[in-house]
Amino acid sequence: MATLQERRAESPSAVTLVLDVPGWPGHLPGQHVDVRLTAEDGYRAQRSYSIASAPAGERVELTVQRVADGEVSPYLVDVLEAGDQVELRGPVGGWFVWRPQDTEPVLLVAGGSGLVPLMAMIRTRRAEHAATPFRLRYSVRTSADRLYADELEPAPGLEITHLYTRVAPPGEPRPPGRLTRADLAGVPPSDCFVCGPTGFVEAAADLLVDLGHDPARIRTERFGPTGG
Amino acid sequence: MTLDGNALAGSLREIFAVDLTAALGTCAHCRARGPLAEVVVYADAPGSVGRCAHCGEVVLRLVHGPDRVWLDLHGLLSIEIRLPA
Repeated sequence: MATLQERRAESPSAVTLVLDVPGWPGHLPGQHVDVRLTAEDGYRAQRSYSIASAPAGERVELTVQRVADGEVSPYLVDVLEAGDQVELRGPVGGWFVWRPQDTEPVLLVAGGSGLVPLMAMIRTRRAEHAATPFRLRYSVRTSADRLYADELEPAPGLEITHLYTRVAPPGEPRPPGRLTRADLAGVPPSDCFVCGPTGFVEAAADLLVDLGHDPARIRTERFGPTGG
Repeated sequence: MTLDGNALAGSLREIFAVDLTAALGTCAHCRARGPLAEVVVYADAPGSVGRCAHCGEVVLRLVHGPDRVWLDLHGLLSIEIRLPA
């Protein structure tokens, strides 16, 4: 069982849940947890959420995006209060992970809340003082929808590019629109991590292959409404 | 609506002692080999159906009941699992 310590609004529809998980064994950035809710009548619903935080003892942060007709996310985003408990299983997943000892350049491609597991990688890189070059291409509707807006600043070895799909802020030269080949061009061979809705991930992975990236170095993770 | 094998990590970890999403599966139909994380997963069914990302044939089915789980792996010829160091 995990206990909610604190909640932080990240955008109008997303919240970060700071959880205390006694006995947490630690995790790798990119891993996720399954959250299970049980209703009074015994009905159970389970969803998978990516871990947003770097490993830090028994503290685990999840960023949850509200899915309009979801069974689980509206409860987590709007109802769960500090001190409440949720059943949590994890960490799970050993494929879509970055290990700090890997020194190859990294390209992160995020679509919407697909940023969450990639943020765990960026935070872990920082916590471990890793010099591995990281590049983030973050596709997001508008600047108000950006997650971790205050924290996501370029740093030595960390390049950040926002790709707005609906409305670009004033002064942004790129017209708003979906991810294009040009958005992903100019990146040296890298370990690529792509996370977002299924359509976004497939488009991005195809563009990366088209640009000459080795398919064996492209790791993908898709999410969808069933994650609600 | 499709997902991928990453979404099955928790359910498979409930059954197996190691993570299976990073394991390399060989499709029994087309012999393509890749991590189970890349299997195309249809999760809207009563259970989850995983299809080969290359040929589209069913490689696994996973169904949860109240007190048991059914796992059908007959579409996989083999699974290669790297043991923790």
